[in-house]
Amino acid sequence: MLRPRIIPCLLVHLGGLVKTVGFKEPKYVGDPINAVKIFNEKEADELIVLDIDATANNVEPDYKMIANLAAESRMPLCYGGGVRTPEQAKRIVGLGVEKVAISSAAVLDSSLISRIAEEIGRQSVVIVIDVKKRMLSKEYDVWINNGKQNTKLNALEFAVQAAKLGAGEIVVNAIEHDGKMKGYDITLATRLREVVNIPITILGGAGSLDDMQALFAKCGVVGAAAGSLFVFKGVYKAVLINYPNSQQKDALIHV
Amino acid sequence: MIHIVDYGLGNIQAFVNMYKRLGFDVCRATNAAELNGATKLVLPGVGAFDHAMSLLEASGMRPALDDLVLNQHTPVLGICVGMQILANGSDEGKLHGLGWIPGSVRAFKSDVRCANLALPHMGWNDVQPMAGSKLFAGLETDARFYFLHSFFFECKNSQNSIATAAYGLDFSCAVSAKNVYGVQFHPEKSHHYGAQLLKNFAEL
Repeated sequence: MLRPRIIPCLLVHLGGLVKTVGFKEPKYVGDPINAVKIFNEKEADELIVLDIDATANNVEPDYKMIANLAAESRMPLCYGGGVRTPEQAKRIVGLGVEKVAISSAAVLDSSLISRIAEEIGRQSVVIVIDVKKRMLSKEYDVWINNGKQNTKLNALEFAVQAAKLGAGEIVVNAIEHDGKMKGYDITLATRLREVVNIPITILGGAGSLDDMQALFAKCGVVGAAAGSLFVFKGVYKAVLINYPNSQQKDALIHV
Repeated sequence: MIHIVDYGLGNIQAFVNMYKRLGFDVCRATNAAELNGATKLVLPGVGAFDHAMSLLEASGMRPALDDLVLNQHTPVLGICVGMQILANGSDEGKLHGLGWIPGSVRAFKSDVRCANLALPHMGWNDVQPMAGSKLFAGLETDARFYFLHSFFFECKNSQNSIATAAYGLDFSCAVSAKNVYGVQFHPEKSHHYGAQLLKNFAEL
């Protein structure tokens, strides 16, 4: 039986790991390599690492950091941040990264998705879509540049287009749920599941394993990604990297 | 010495790291000369079938690999597309495979049972090894591995299938014929399950 994936999502800012709320207020939570080591020990299903500086500062991906992360990671690794060309994507895969996430650049030029898929294979192309619910509407807009700019593109339509162009996976990141730890936007997840037939991963809002269970109950085999849930512990949000053991994970899908 | 065949595809360093951690002598081979002294071969691979085959041919290692595997019976383990190219050919491409295990590589989407499944087949899936398989020693009751692929190996001879996984249909996720082994999943990214399998291969 194919299992739903439970995925820590780590944000890199100024060389350290941070956690944001609503894409703002980055709080330092530790060292990236150390976090990878802990998730190795805890046998996490996959890891997503997003460098939130690279696109904002319009710089190249930090290949040295990526190589170090890939060498350390004993689980599948997805890297995102600052990827704008097939050559960059190829170089990152060559460093030992399984999947390359593309966000703003793919939104601005969707042909990039096909070109990168041709270079590294569609199974390694992850499109991250940052979304916010449109005012007084049921629809979601695609936002870019770390949630600073609304493209007014319809998020679900863009997801369908990305899948057609060669995306191997869609990660949808609900900006307004980021860091709130009050549960996923299940409506968004369900609608995304209905419109695309490639693997999807939901990010933004997970505050407990129950939230993940609720997502799997509604959407079946999808990825459940989380930041805060896996780096904070307790009501005061003390920094403590944590991850469910295999019994806890089994309980989420067998109920 | 375990040689990881580096023809430009796959996560070579992940295998090197894993074998070092497990306490085995391991190195990377990027040309025919560097294959000298290999007692075990790991053949990684990701991406498209034809791309993998053409890179392997271009590496200049093909004759040395044929000699090691077919004449000297050196155990070899193909991973992901490195497993698929052990077959005679693939739905995905036009080139001939290595033909070390009779079979063809098929697309999931060509099978009606998989019509509504999300592709690629991505994530952790349970694996059912055949009884007595040395590659899966210690993994008989609980084997799960990380998969990322859209095509699967269809053995010509069913006895070459040594484990199956279910995704729409039961497909062969591990194959073997004499000294040739292949797994569709990624043991190098499958935590203690993968470590056990790679250790088993090293100790064959």
